Parts: sequence; structure tokens; C-alpha cells
Amino acid sequence: MARNVTNQRKIINTTAAWAVGLLIFFPILWTILTSFKTEAQAIADPPIFLGFDWTIENYKAVLERSNYGRFLWNSIIIAGGSTILGIIIAVPAAWSMAFVPSKRTKDILLWMLSTKMLPAVGVLYPIYLLCIRFGILDSKIALVFILMLINLPIIVWMLYTYFKEIPGEILEAARMDGASLKDEVLYVLTPMAIPGIASTMLLNVILAWNEAFWTLNLTAAKAAPLTAFIASYSSPEGLFYAKLSAASTMAIAPILILGWFSQKQLVSGLTFGAVK
Amino acid sequence: MGQIKLNQVSKSFGDVEVIPPLDLTIEDGEFTVFVGPSGCGKSTLLRLIAGLEDITSGHIEIDGADATNVPPAKRGLAMVFQSYALYPHMSVRKNIAFPMRMAGVPADEQERRIDAAAKALNLTDYLDRRPGQLSGGQRQRVAIGRAIVREPSAFLFDEPLSNLDAALRVGMRMEISELHKKLATTMIYVTHDQVEAMTMADRIVVLRKGFIEQIGSPLELYHKPCNEFVAGFIGSPKMNLIKGTEADKHGVATIGIRPEHLDVSSTDGAWKATVGIAEHLGSDTFLHIHGVEGCDPMTARVDGELPVKHGDTIYLTPQLDKLHKFDAQGLRVD
Repeated sequence: MARNVTNQRKIINTTAAWAVGLLIFFPILWTILTSFKTEAQAIADPPIFLGFDWTIENYKAVLERSNYGRFLWNSIIIAGGSTILGIIIAVPAAWSMAFVPSKRTKDILLWMLSTKMLPAVGVLYPIYLLCIRFGILDSKIALVFILMLINLPIIVWMLYTYFKEIPGEILEAARMDGASLKDEVLYVLTPMAIPGIASTMLLNVILAWNEAFWTLNLTAAKAAPLTAFIASYSSPEGLFYAKLSAASTMAIAPILILGWFSQKQLVSGLTFGAVK
Repeated sequence: MGQIKLNQVSKSFGDVEVIPPLDLTIEDGEFTVFVGPSGCGKSTLLRLIAGLEDITSGHIEIDGADATNVPPAKRGLAMVFQSYALYPHMSVRKNIAFPMRMAGVPADEQERRIDAAAKALNLTDYLDRRPGQLSGGQRQRVAIGRAIVREPSAFLFDEPLSNLDAALRVGMRMEISELHKKLATTMIYVTHDQVEAMTMADRIVVLRKGFIEQIGSPLELYHKPCNEFVAGFIGSPKMNLIKGTEADKHGVATIGIRPEHLDVSSTDGAWKATVGIAEHLGSDTFLHIHGVEGCDPMTARVDGELPVKHGDTIYLTPQLDKLHKFDAQGLRVD
């Protein structure tokens, strides 16, 4: 039976939802606002919310001081590369777990997820040494591989969940129709799982874009992405809040825009299989 | 060509043996129906033939060649699934073309076969639609179309009509039978519905718990069921099985009489009984009768015009030449 929702109740719910939404979004909003203040207004006490002189000086200063385009390009390559590589590896892995499970499949899935519980710093030293040994320290290729490995458990888990929803009979029909394993995955499974794959990719791009630990520790000048670009504005000589905010805004803008246009896809992807 | 031969084929899932070793030969061009109650192993048997399940022991031969370890894609068989199993992201045309695309059939030949199949199955107007835009019956026709264009050596049907409503089911039943007459290709059809089995099959294989209970033409099974299980399973309404003193009179453990082989009278007969429920179908009336010792309720099929109702007293007389006799093990006694 449908629950009777009164108008008053609806208003309360909507207000509460907006309040929570704004609370979550507030730090980002504050960063964006601060980026348009002067340094003095940025640290004013009490803080100024809207009544300040809007300026784009901080953006000019940041663009003058740093090569934003290069950081952006590195971020795109690292986030995009690690996502594509991750999907290529995760699709067959998730296929086998979803459609030809063994007795230990559930254990393997849990074990994969458990690697996410290990503090990253625990493996920093060996990975750092490996990068030196292979001569790929401060290179995009190293970060593509490492971020791919870091996010692989999540990609496999998400794809596994989507694949589980696809009726096995359709894949059996493909087999009966003469499809090889490659044809089955390429022409039947993947196109059917496109919505799931898309939202997995999207989430992974966001995770990789925002990843700071590995990108800061394994890069210096050449491969530094936007996370390093932001960090370069936090200096020992003191914090320039307005400039830092301008840099942050520029770093998160691409991913915010991507997230905004794909929010429907993202939400439906994350709640996929939750209701049936 | 489409002879399929199973030699001592068995299947176990872990420690559970669902199909004990069995032998079965399906002749070229034959319409064979596997029928049995849920869990009897009929779908598993079909999947073993298809290659979708590996057999635990034994051999499968298709057209005289050992196919035991041949993958499903290479067995030259086509299968129609209960859930239709169409590719939802492809149009009807692409669905039907898929097996040909996999086989590398030239594009113009693909077109020719798609058009022929669409014409035969009344799908010409729907070729550019997606499966989601079709009704259940149309979807099943697309699934059949996809099977036809492969020009397989045999068709496998896994309860293809179970998801359709009753009226559509009767129509599709006829269409599949006509298709068989036209193509004259071997067809193996799995169903739990004995009416489908009776109406479509050249030969019926009755299964129970993985064992073949009896193989025969529909009328052989109807007239000479080899045991009580087949007697009770084939025929609708079910055969009345009577135990006790009535059976003793014939010197056996159980006697069976089909509802249509009981003569009903309002004045005299062998057994006096009371009408429980009378189901009036128009052409016939099914009477569910109480009071006959050793079989309660008993079912009788009488003329639809017979004026009987709940609570009436009637007399039943079995047609003795139509009586079936079974021993204590449930096996037929002639």
C-alpha cells in the first residue's frame, strides 16, 4: 500500500534534503566563493559570505604562476588511462565470477575488497622502490598502473553486481548461436552492461581524479596531476587561501562538470540492483 | 541429418546424481518431447544435449559423430529458451542475423534468410523493433526465427510456451508443429505440460527423477502406460487409480480407469457415488465424485449436456476393456 504523504510532510522532507545537500556541498561552495575574494577578505574574521569585492585576480595569479594545462592533461591521462585499463581487466574477471563461479568466488571478492582496507602508506615503500627499479618514478605510466590496481577491486565489484543481473540464458543463447567466448563478451555481455560499465567508469574517473596519496608521493614535476597543482599552493611560508581556493576550484571544475552532466547515469548506476 | 544418440549419459551436480546413466536415440526428423514433473531432469537432459552442461559420464553422438566434448557453438544445434533469451540491445533483424553473423554467412544470404524467416513467422513488420517493444508471442517467434536461420541439424526447445497465456500457447503450439512438418528437422521439446506433449510429439519420453519411465508415441502411452506413474501423468484429467477390494476382484494391486472410460447412469451401475463438484466446460463435464472405495475423489468425463449437479447420486460403471491393471510394484499387468 502506498504511504499517504501530506503536503506539510513533503515540505519538511524537501527542506531537510536541501539542508543536508547544502551542508555536504558547503565546503566546495566556500572554496569557490573564497577563490573570488582578495587574500585579506579570505581570512577576514568574521568570515564574509557574499558581501565582498568579486575579483578574478587569484585565477590570473595562479595561471601566471603554474602551467595549469599540463597538470590538467596529466590528470586526464592518469584518470582516463587507469579507468580504461581497469575496465579491460575487470570485464573478463567479473564475467568469470558472475557466470562461472567457483566455490571460492565469494571469498575472492571479499579478499579483493579487503585490500582496500590496507592503509596505502603500508605499501608505499615497496611500490616506490619498484618504480625506481623500473625507472618509472614521476611518470604517467606508473600512476596509470598504480591507480588502476588501487581501484580494480571496486571496478570488479561493481561490474560483478551488474553482470549478476544479466540473465545467464542470454549468454547461453549466444553460445548456442555459435558465439565464441570472445564474441559472447564483446557482442552480447558488454553492450548489455553498457549502463553499468559507464557508471563504473565514471565513478572510477572521479576516484582517480581525486586520488592524492599516490599522485603526490610518486610524482615530482613531469607527471604531476591537478592534486599536486593544488598542493603546490600550500607552502611552508604561509597559506594563500584565496589562491589556494582558485587552484582548487580549477582542479575540481572538470570533474564537477562531468559529474553534473552524468548525475542521472551515476545515481542509477550506484543504485543498480538495489531494488528489483 | 539430425540423429542424436545418448550412450550411458549421466549427470551429477556434486554428490547428487540428477540423471543416472541412460541410453536414448532420437531419430532424424523426429519430434521428441521430454515430459515429466518439475525436477525430473528433463531440462538438464536437454542442456546436456545442447552442450550447455558437461556430462559426468557417457557419450553423445550427433549425426554419428562423437559430440561429447564439442562446445555448444559447434554442435550445429539451435535452442529456444523459456525466457526467449533475445538480445535486448539488438533489433529483431539483428537478433535473427546474430547466428549467421557468427557463422560468417555473406550479407546478402543473411538478408535472404532473415526475410524468409520473418515472412514465415509473421515478423516482417517488426524487424526494426527491439525485443522490449514486442509481445510475448512475438518475442517467442523471434527466438524461433533466430533458431531457423541457423539451419541446424536439430532444434531444442526448453519449455518455450510456459511464459505465454493460454490462448497464445495453443496458437504457438500449432505453429511449432507446422514448422516441424515444413522443415522436417529433428526437434526435441521439453515441457511439463502433458497436453503439449500429447498434441505435438511423434514420440514422448516420460521422465521421473532422471529415469526414463517410458518412451512411445502419444497414443501408445495413453493406451498402454507401462506403470502407474505414466498412467497418472499422461492424460487429462488424470487416470483414476483404484486400490483395495475393487482391485482385488481383478487379482491385482491397483486398477486404473480413465475418466472418459467411465459410464455414468442415474439409476444403476457398478459403483454408487455422490457428485462433489461438476465442472461444466460446455462440450464436456468433469465430475469429481466421492464414495467409491479405494479412489476418492474419482473423476469422470461425461457429455456436456448431462444434467448433473453437486450432491446428486450417480452410478458408475468402468468399461472393462479399457481397464488398466498394475501389480504391487506399480508395473503394468496385461
